Amino acid sequence: MIPEQVIPWALGLPLLGAFGIWITGRWPNIRESVTLITSLLVFVLVASLFDNVAAGENPSWQWGEMLPGLGISFVLEPLGMIFAGIASFLWIVTTLYTIGYMRGHHEKNQTRFYICFAVAISSAIGIAFAGNMLTLFVFYEVLTISTFPLVTHSGTPEAKRAGRVYLGILIGTSIGLQLVGIIWTYSLTGTLDFTPGGIMEGKVQPTIVAILLALYVFGIGKAAVMPFHRWLPAAMVAPTPVSALLHAVAVVKAGVFTVLKITVYIFGIDFLSELGASTWIAYMAAMTILLASLVAMRKDNLKARLAYSTISQLSYIVLGAMMATGLGIIGGGMHIVMHAFGKITLFFCAGAIMVASHKTEISQMRGLGRKMPITFICFLIGSLSIIGLPPFGGVWSKWYLALAAAETDQVIFVAVLMISSLLNVAYLLPIVVRGFYNDPAPDDHDQHHDTDNDHADANAAAHHPGDASGPHQWKWAGMTEAPPLCVGALAFTAAGCLVLFVYADMVYQFLLPVVEGTVK
Amino acid sequence: MEFPGLLVYWIIVVLMMMGLYIVVAQNNLVKKIVGLNVFQVSVFLLYITMGKIAEGTAPILADEIEIYSNPLPHVLILTAIVVGVATTSLGLALVVRIHEAYGSIEDDEILEQESDA
Amino acid sequence: MIEAHLPILQVIIPLIAAPVCVFLRHPLITWALATVISWVCLAISIMLLQQVQASGEIIYEIGGWAAPWGIEYRVDTLSAWVMVIVTSVGAVVTPYAKLSAEKEIDRDRLYIFYAMLLLCETGLLGITITGDAFNLFVFLEISSLSTYVLVSMGKDRRGLTAAYRYLIMGTLGATFYIIGVGLMYMMTGTLNIADLAKLIPDVAETRTVQAALAFLTVGLAIKLALFPLHLWLPNAYAFAPSVVTVFLAATATKVAVYALIRIVFTIFGGVDILESVEIRHVLAALAIAAMFAGSAVAIYQTNIKRMLAYSSLAQIGYMILGLSMNSVTGVTAGLVHLFNHAMMKGGLFMVMGCVVYRIGSAKLDDMAGLGKQMPVTMGAFVAGGLSLIGVPLSVGFISKWTLLQAAFEKGWWPVAALIVVSSLLAVIYIWRVVEVAYFREPAAGQVAVKEAPFLMLIPMLLLIGASFYFGIDGTSTLTVAGDAAKALIGGLK
Repeated sequence: MIPEQVIPWALGLPLLGAFGIWITGRWPNIRESVTLITSLLVFVLVASLFDNVAAGENPSWQWGEMLPGLGISFVLEPLGMIFAGIASFLWIVTTLYTIGYMRGHHEKNQTRFYICFAVAISSAIGIAFAGNMLTLFVFYEVLTISTFPLVTHSGTPEAKRAGRVYLGILIGTSIGLQLVGIIWTYSLTGTLDFTPGGIMEGKVQPTIVAILLALYVFGIGKAAVMPFHRWLPAAMVAPTPVSALLHAVAVVKAGVFTVLKITVYIFGIDFLSELGASTWIAYMAAMTILLASLVAMRKDNLKARLAYSTISQLSYIVLGAMMATGLGIIGGGMHIVMHAFGKITLFFCAGAIMVASHKTEISQMRGLGRKMPITFICFLIGSLSIIGLPPFGGVWSKWYLALAAAETDQVIFVAVLMISSLLNVAYLLPIVVRGFYNDPAPDDHDQHHDTDNDHADANAAAHHPGDASGPHQWKWAGMTEAPPLCVGALAFTAAGCLVLFVYADMVYQFLLPVVEGTVK
Repeated sequence: MEFPGLLVYWIIVVLMMMGLYIVVAQNNLVKKIVGLNVFQVSVFLLYITMGKIAEGTAPILADEIEIYSNPLPHVLILTAIVVGVATTSLGLALVVRIHEAYGSIEDDEILEQESDA
Repeated sequence: MIEAHLPILQVIIPLIAAPVCVFLRHPLITWALATVISWVCLAISIMLLQQVQASGEIIYEIGGWAAPWGIEYRVDTLSAWVMVIVTSVGAVVTPYAKLSAEKEIDRDRLYIFYAMLLLCETGLLGITITGDAFNLFVFLEISSLSTYVLVSMGKDRRGLTAAYRYLIMGTLGATFYIIGVGLMYMMTGTLNIADLAKLIPDVAETRTVQAALAFLTVGLAIKLALFPLHLWLPNAYAFAPSVVTVFLAATATKVAVYALIRIVFTIFGGVDILESVEIRHVLAALAIAAMFAGSAVAIYQTNIKRMLAYSSLAQIGYMILGLSMNSVTGVTAGLVHLFNHAMMKGGLFMVMGCVVYRIGSAKLDDMAGLGKQMPVTMGAFVAGGLSLIGVPLSVGFISKWTLLQAAFEKGWWPVAALIVVSSLLAVIYIWRVVEVAYFREPAAGQVAVKEAPFLMLIPMLLLIGASFYFGIDGTSTLTVAGDAAKALIGGLK
C-alpha cells in the first residue's frame, strides 16, 4: 500500500475493530482476539509509515471539507509519527495486560470498555496525524468523549464525581479557551494548516501572540498545566489499564503533543523565541513540575501519586516547548517516548499489585516486594527511568531538556529540572524500598492508613467487584504474582526503558528534521 | 402640529391601550379575550380610516365619481376580522375546556392549582 | 409545466389535505395521508431549492395578477432554505407522530391533530414563500391558530392554560405585526415586500415608518420568543404532546426568525437599518441575555421537555446574535443555525417523546436508569446533547465556529467570550440528564421499560444522524446559508 492509503486505514481500523468488538461482545475470547488483532494490525500500519517519514516525506490524506476552505486533513511528520507509534505500540502491550487485569478483576461491561478503548486509540492516531488545527481539535474532543465512559466505568458515586471533573475541565478548557484560540488564529491568519516555521509571523501582533499562546496552552487541558490539572488525579478511578495507556500515554501525551505541535507549526519556534512571549508560560510549567512533585509525595494512594507524577512530567514537555528552542522541542518529543514507557510500567505494576493483593495504598505495601519480586523490580526500573538515571531511557530526554535550558540561559530551569529529579527520587524509591526491606505487615487490606480519603474510597469502590471472589493470584516459585499476562506486559515495558537508553539516538535523529536549522 | 392633531388616531390609540391594559390586568380569562378583541378592533379602525380620502365615495365605477376611497384596507380588514373571529372562538373554546379541567376561569386560582400539582 | 406551479403547490397541497383529514376521520387513514403529504411537500421544497440555485429567484403571480396589486410568491435561496427545513422536519415528524400521538392524544381527536399539523405546516410554508406583507400575516395566523390547538391537545390539563397564554401572547404579537404593516402601507401604499423595499428608503426618516419598524420587530420577537418576550414558550413546549413540541421547536420559531430577517434585511435593507438605528445593539444585547438566561434557567428544570425549551431560548439567542452582527459571516451563522438547531433540537425532543411514550413522564427523577433500559434512545440524547454543547463533528460545532468567526471579524472579543461561556452552560444541563439516566439506579417502584418502538426510533435517529452528518459535511449547509446571507447583505450595499 502506498502511504496515502495507509493513513485512512490506520485511523479506520480501530473503529472497525470497535465494531467487531461490539458484534463479538458475547464471546469474551473472540472479543479479546479481535482487540488484539486490531491492535497488531494498527501498529503494523503505523510502523510501515516510519520509513517514509524518516526519508523526509510527508504523506498526506484529505477527507472532505468540514467548513468551507477547512477540511479534515492528515499530514505525517516526525513528531506525530513518534506519538502515533508509541500509542499504537503500547496499545498491543496494554491489550495483553488488560485481558489479564479485567478478568482477574472481574470487571463489568467489558465490551463497552474495549470499544471505547479502540475509539480512543483511533482518535489518538487522528491527533498524531492531523494536518491542521481543526482536525487536531476534532480528534482531541473525540478522545475526551470516548475516554469518558472509561473513567466512569465502575458507575459508583466516586466515578460520577470524577466524571464531572474530567468532563468539566477537559471540555471547559478546550471549548472555552482552545477553540477561541483556534478561531481567533483562523480569523487573523486565514489558515490553520500546520506549516513549518509557523503561520503567525508578520500577521499577528506580539501582544495577541502572547494571549493566543495562553489560550492554547491552558486550553489544552490534557497537558495538565496547573491550574487545569485536577482532572488527571480524578481520572484515576478508572480501571488501571485505562490509567496506564490513556492517562499516562495516549490522552496526556495527546495534550503535550498538541502543545509541541502548535509551538512548532502554528507559532513557529523562531517567532516565539524572538518575541519571548512564551517565557511566562514556561514559568507556569516549571511551577507545575515542582508543585505536582510535592503533592505527589503526600499521596498515599499509589495511583494518585503516579497521577501527580505524570502531571509533573508532562510539564517537562510543556517547558521544553515553551523554551522555544530546537533542543527543547526535541527533548520534549523524546520525553513523550521515554516517559510513556516509564510511566506505563509503573501503572502496570500498580494494577498488578491491585489484582494480586488488592492493595492500593503505599502504606499497605510493606514487604510486598518479597511476594511480588518481578513486579517490584520492574517498578524500580520504571522509577529510575522517570527519575532520569542511566542506563534507562529517561536520562536522555532530561539531558536534552537541560541542554535547552542552558542554551536559553535560563539557569532557573536547569535548577528546576535537577530539583524535580530529586523529588522524583523522594516519592518513587521509598515505594520500592518499603516493598523489599520492611517486614511484611499483617494482612491489613481492610484498613486504610490513608492521608487521602478521596482516592482510597474511590479505589476501594473500584475494586469492589473483585473483593467478593478474593485476590486473583498466580503462584509460582514461591512468588504470589498477578496473572501472567499482566506480569509479562509490565516486564516487557520495563525492558523497553532499558532498550530506549541504547536507541535514544534513533529517536533524536528521527525528530531532528522538525527543528531543522535551529539545532547546531 | 396642533393639539389634538388627527383626532381619529387619538381614539384609536386610546382604544388600543385600553384593550392592551385589559389583557394584561384582568384576572378573568374571558375578560382577557374581550380585551384582546378591543385591541384588535382598534387596529381594524386604523386600517379603515387610512383608506378614507376626503370627499371620496365608495369605489364604484360610475361616470360622475372621480374621487373614491381606497378599497384595499377594507378588504384586508375583512380578512383580519375573519382571523379575529377565529382567534376569539378558539380562545373561548379553550376557556371552556379550562373551566372543565380546573373548575375556574380566574387566572390566579388556576395558577394556584398548577403550582400545587 | 408542473414545475412552474411548484410555489403555489407547496402551500395549497397541505392546505387542501387538512380539511380532507377532517372528512376522513379515521386515525390510520389520516395519518397515512398526512405522511404522504408531508413527503410530497419535502420533495417540492427540494425541487424549489434546486430551481433557485440553478436559475435564481422564482416569482409566481397568484391568479396572474401582477404585483404590486396581486399577491406574488417569491422563492429565493433563503426562503427555499427555510422551506427545506420546515418540510424535512415535517416529513420525519409525521411518521413519528403515529405512535406518539396515539399515546398522548385522545383517539377520537387524532384526525383533528393531523389536520392541524398539516394546517400548521401550510401556515409556516406560506409565511416563507409569500412576497406580500399582509399575506404573511394571514399565514402567520393560520400557523398560530393551528399551533394553539395542537398545544392544547395533550392529556395534561396544563396544556390548556399553556395554549391559552400562547394564544393571548401570539395574538398580541400578530396584531403588533399588522399594525406595523398598516403603518408602512400608510406611507408607501404597497404591501408587496419587494416593492416596500424600494419605497421605504425615501420615507425611512419619518416617525411613522420608524414606529412601524418598532411594531414589526416587537411583534415578531414575541412570535420567535426572543428574551424577554418568551414567557409563553416554556410551558407550551413542556405540556404540548411530545410530537407537537418536536414540530414547533424545530420549525415555528425558525419561521418567525425568517420573517424578522425579511423585515430587517429585505424591507429595511435599503436603509441598512441595523447600522443606522440602535436596533442592532438592542438585538445583540437581548440575544446575549437570552443565551445566558435560557441556559441558566434550563439548568434548574426538573421537567426535561421544559429544560430543552429553555435551551431553545438560548439557541434563538445565538441566531439573533448572528443576525445582529449584520455581516455576511454573522448572517450565515444565524441562518445555518436555523437548520442546525432544527435538526438537533428536533432530535432531542423526539428522544423525549420516546421517553414519554415508555415511562409516561418527562421528569428527570423518573428517568433514572434509563441508559440501560432504553440504550438507543438515551444514546441519541447524549449525541444530541453533545451537538447542543457544540462538540466537533456535530452541527452545533459548525454553528458555533461560524458565529465565533463572525464575532472575531467584527472585533467583538467580549461577545466571543460570552458565546463560549454560555455554550458551556449546556454542558451542565445535558450532564445532569446523563448522570441520572446512566448513574442512578431506578427507584424502587419504577417499572422496567423496553426500548422505544422502531417507528419512533427511526425518525429520531434520522434527525440525530443529520445533526452529525451536517456537522461533518458542514460545507454543504454553509454554502447555501452563505449564498442566502450574501443575497441579503448584498441587497443593502
